[in-house]
Amino acid sequence: MTVMTYQEAARQAVRHEMRRDPLVWALGEDLGRGGVFGQYRGLQEEFGPARIVDTPISEAAIMGAAVGAALVGTRPIVEMRFADFALCAMDELINQAAKNRYMFGGQGRVPLVVRQPTGLWRNSAAQHSQSLEAWYVHVPGLVVIAPATPADNRGLLAAAIRSDDPVVYFEHKNLWQLEGEVPDGDHLTPIGRAEIRRPGRDITIVTWSALVHEALTAAGQAAIDGIEAEIIDLRSLWPWDREMVLASAARTGRLLVAHEAVLASGFGAEVAAVAAEELFGRLKAPVRRLGAPRMPVPYAAVLEAEYRVDASDILAAVRSLCAE
Amino acid sequence: MKNNLARMTELYRTMVRIRAFEDAAQAAARAGKVVGAVHSSAGQEAVAVGVCANLRIDDVLTSTHRGHGHTIAKGADAGAMMAELFGRSTGTNGGKGGSLHIADFSVGMLGANGVVAAGLPIAVGAAQGLRLKGSEALAVTFFGDGATNRGPFLEALNWAASFALPVLFVCEDNGFSAMTRTASVTGGSGPAARAEAIGVRAVTIDGNDLMAVDHTAGELIAEIRAGGGPRFLHCRTYRLRGHTATDPARYREEAEVAAHELVEPLTLARIKLIELGAAARDLDAIEAEEFALIERAVAAAEVAAPPDPSAAYADVQDLGAPPARGAL
Repeated sequence: MTVMTYQEAARQAVRHEMRRDPLVWALGEDLGRGGVFGQYRGLQEEFGPARIVDTPISEAAIMGAAVGAALVGTRPIVEMRFADFALCAMDELINQAAKNRYMFGGQGRVPLVVRQPTGLWRNSAAQHSQSLEAWYVHVPGLVVIAPATPADNRGLLAAAIRSDDPVVYFEHKNLWQLEGEVPDGDHLTPIGRAEIRRPGRDITIVTWSALVHEALTAAGQAAIDGIEAEIIDLRSLWPWDREMVLASAARTGRLLVAHEAVLASGFGAEVAAVAAEELFGRLKAPVRRLGAPRMPVPYAAVLEAEYRVDASDILAAVRSLCAE
Repeated sequence: MKNNLARMTELYRTMVRIRAFEDAAQAAARAGKVVGAVHSSAGQEAVAVGVCANLRIDDVLTSTHRGHGHTIAKGADAGAMMAELFGRSTGTNGGKGGSLHIADFSVGMLGANGVVAAGLPIAVGAAQGLRLKGSEALAVTFFGDGATNRGPFLEALNWAASFALPVLFVCEDNGFSAMTRTASVTGGSGPAARAEAIGVRAVTIDGNDLMAVDHTAGELIAEIRAGGGPRFLHCRTYRLRGHTATDPARYREEAEVAAHELVEPLTLARIKLIELGAAARDLDAIEAEEFALIERAVAAAEVAAPPDPSAAYADVQDLGAPPARGAL
């Protein structure tokens, strides 16, 4: 185990996979300088400009080129800089990467990873703050991952690079500097398995990405009142660990799903719907969801606070559910 | 040597095969035997055949919604292609794609595409990937004049130029953006000027002249193989049929189509072949053979088995693949 940041863990995952497989490469804007967040620091020096590729600001071509390069057998890591900018490459991701294998009858594979730095960070306002993970869960062919810890960013990014499916990979910008223990060596985290971050008997909180940490804070507060919350970090949104979520909710009898994304049609809706279908009559309280109001992310701190789901929102929901 | 009779005769055979395929596909679509949209490339055969005559099996290409000709010219089996149009398990894509997504990766044909201009970035990326693998193969991307008004056209050209990638851009300029005349919705001096503005050498030719396409594509591809970076081939041609099999194309005069029928590529190639010394009866025989081949392809496709319904669930993805209906 080594203590490192979420960002460094990702950097080491890319470095490890690029050393392991000469067909792994990365492309995106400003990568040679280390990437806009430093998550590629030093990699172009080690692997050269043909494998850590500085591209023009051409999101469609970045994604489309990655599709073509994947089809001929390489494994591109696509850097989108901000999740918001990936919207300039939607045809290439949704119509091309995700459907290629299927519509051509299994002739080709598109083993690429699309890194999308996501979420609220430094008051970045409407076009640099979004959490759009649910969009991608809706698209057949894609795998969707959102790690919350340095260890998972190491293990899931490596697993995503080795996957033969196209993977949309959300790294939360506010977690870049988060430190944590990371296993040494060839560390892989299985895609599709959730992790219990805190065991508890009274309520199940399902969450992912940065909100895992807000949920942990809320659970600590709730414990003072004698409420023991179980926190499940989903980690993978597609495929997602239905079994773990359903088993936990059946045990605790209460389910809260919390995400930073807009509430309406967020992935929490899917989790809540499955729980409603599978656990009818077995819960002590209605399934509850927490998400942002359906509005663009505002700039000023006091306005952004209206958008943000935080530990106090989670704590309030936990108390309310456990009072039922 | 290059334009010798034997070579031209073989290329003529492929053009005839494409025409026979297109006419049969259109007839089957109108008869309701082929469901889904079918876009005929009749009239544009010389572009597909002349370019692909200069490719190797390991070269790759990306195509458009009007992609039957490119697929046949790259070497795909017309029988498996027709079966795909009929939605059969024996189709190139096992019945998953149809005409719009016809593909044969085994001959480097990386797919027709339902989205205009989508093939360009994929081709430049394929070229980049091939280079990373140490391959000397190149990528060709076919697209229409309508595609030159989409962003990925600019992005892909600039990308290929920036990385000096081995890519041949082939603009099949048939004058129509779906059902609108491209000239009425386009500024500037045309596709070649756009390519030149990005620093990609571009040549404009008569795309109905098989020998001209073969010769010029050969020259540009030689330059690409020599490490010269991307090249652009602008081929003026004409779409003899409507946008789709069911489009009567009333937005153009019959006289206009009739005038273009006189200079369509098969007619021109046949005249040229006779000039070069070909016997008319030999050309007649080629035409009869190729039309018969496609008739057999249609007959086989009609009786081939449809896919098993369970195939619908295959090849979505490895992780999180859908369970069969009712299984959950």
